[in-house]
Amino acid sequence: MTVTSPSSGLHDPRSAAGRAGDKIFSGTALTAGIVILAILAFVAVYLVVESIPALTAGEGELSHGKTSFWSYVWPMMIGTVIASAIALLIATPVSIGVALFISHYAPKRVSQAFGYVIDLLAAIPSVVYGAWGMAFLGPLLVPIYAWLSENAGWIPLFSGGYSQTGRTLFTASVVLAVMILPIITSLCREIFVQTPKLHEEAALALGATRWEMIKMSVLPFARAGIVSAIMLGLGRALGETMAVTLVLSPGALSANIINVGNQTIPSEIALNFPEAFGMRQHELIAAGLVLFVITLAVNMIARWIVSRHKEFSGAN
Amino acid sequence: MSKRIDAIDFNVYYSKFLAVEGVNISIEPKSVTAFIGPSGCGKTTFLRTLNRMHEVIPGARVEGKLLLDGDDIYAPGVDPVSVRSTIGMVFQRPNPFPTMSIRENVLAGIRLNGQRISKGDADTIVEKSLRGANLWNEVKDRLEKPGSGLSGGQQQRLCIARTIAVEPDVILMDEPCSALDPISTLAIEDLINEMKDQYTVVIVTHNMQQAARVSDKTAFFNIAGTGKPGKLIEYAETSTIFSTPREKATEDYVSGRFG
Ligand SMILES: Nc1ncnc2c1ncn2[C@@H]1O[C@H](COP(=O)(O)OP(=O)(O)OP(=O)(O)O)[C@@H](O)[C@H]1O
Ligand SMILES: [Mg+2]
Repeated sequence: MTVTSPSSGLHDPRSAAGRAGDKIFSGTALTAGIVILAILAFVAVYLVVESIPALTAGEGELSHGKTSFWSYVWPMMIGTVIASAIALLIATPVSIGVALFISHYAPKRVSQAFGYVIDLLAAIPSVVYGAWGMAFLGPLLVPIYAWLSENAGWIPLFSGGYSQTGRTLFTASVVLAVMILPIITSLCREIFVQTPKLHEEAALALGATRWEMIKMSVLPFARAGIVSAIMLGLGRALGETMAVTLVLSPGALSANIINVGNQTIPSEIALNFPEAFGMRQHELIAAGLVLFVITLAVNMIARWIVSRHKEFSGAN
Repeated sequence: MSKRIDAIDFNVYYSKFLAVEGVNISIEPKSVTAFIGPSGCGKTTFLRTLNRMHEVIPGARVEGKLLLDGDDIYAPGVDPVSVRSTIGMVFQRPNPFPTMSIRENVLAGIRLNGQRISKGDADTIVEKSLRGANLWNEVKDRLEKPGSGLSGGQQQRLCIARTIAVEPDVILMDEPCSALDPISTLAIEDLINEMKDQYTVVIVTHNMQQAARVSDKTAFFNIAGTGKPGKLIEYAETSTIFSTPREKATEDYVSGRFG
């Protein structure tokens, strides 16, 4: 007995092919999702397991006579966060400005050329940035450090001498800023050009100047995207190894950012991991875990900031 | 205040493409003028030249004179920004600023002039403008909620409130009801009737009944064929256009035998 009724369009056997396509697609997507989660879980578990010996070690058990893991890692946490924060402080306004110039001010041809250059900047390997920072930018900044040390020495950030080579936390921050600039810029530009014409014209028709139009329509529309772009930049800055390792002449934590000293977690790991074994290795992996947690926390805070204003996001 | 508009031998281009040619028209103050005509004949294009929104499009330009109470708004040295703040515009699709509250939407144009206004003055302006747009009763309890949370018709009236808040001389409307239901449409038509006591209103519409209901004078635009420029065919009292038009093309169009 035949169950199918070929007359009914709802049971068209040909559409089974389409369903197979659906199945393949959803299967692939599901597999990919599971693989990603599995890798993430594996990395996290590895980090935690390998960190435990260092995290639970008592006095005398750590390498080089350190008293506790936290007293070892927190100066580097601060160093990492300060370097990234300075990098963001420099890179964010510049990136947004350049992105706005490309999307809303420059004539078409200029903006295309600009966009191309920015994309090229993003493709330069970090070791090149590091070498540039060490050999070129550092020496270039030395006179500025000298001036700051002399005239603004009462500010703790600039007090206590300056580096003659320029291999300081501030130089490293500037290099980081230059490195994350292309990411933030190109993401912001993508978002700015997507601002609905409707909203731009609404502002212009009210008698807004171009800058007022940008403040009224472009920036509010792009806000969530700008935060994401900054977070991606921050992620890169927090985790950047090579550039900081090459530029910074590391040392103990210090408020002075124009002298040698300070250290970041990734750079510490890169410098020491090749020769590390036993407890030293556990310490470095635990430092990596700390970095992982910092990055995660920063991302969650950013998401929370974005979602707080969901009602006004224009998504409804 | 309300001002008159005169276009003299006015041509409108998109780069090399002549979209509208040789328009001569005198729009009276304190009146409603409707632009009608088949799709693509340049109604929107011409309307957008009246507040210099046309030149926002790259390559767009105009020739001829456009006088607002005798002053050429295209004269050298005239700032398009100030033209746009005296000639307001309501768009085809409601476009309140999605990140602003209803209240901030109404005040958006006021805030542009950079002047600080007291909260009391702001409240007065918000209420007056929303009343003027027949929206006050519907939103007075939720002024701090986002404008994008309103219905389409309410959003369009919010846009009208935003436009009249800056007390322009002229209000341009490009098919303001085309995205709305009949009830909202009627609400806006009533509003247009009230607005002509204070403003010069120019409205583009595809709806003949609407043109007949709201306008004092009607301008019929037409186009000879694709790629040809749109032209102003006939401009007269609305009753004349709909009963005894001078041109055959106008009669065909308004009686539905065309386009
Ligand atoms: N941004 C633009 N760039 C180039 N040409 C355009 C642009 N906008 C409109 N045009 C052209 O200008 C002519 C007039 O268009 P316009 O939008 O003014 O017509 P309309 O009368 O408003 O039509 P509708 O009733 O469909 O809204 C058309 O040929 C159109 O293709
Ligand atoms: Mg149109």
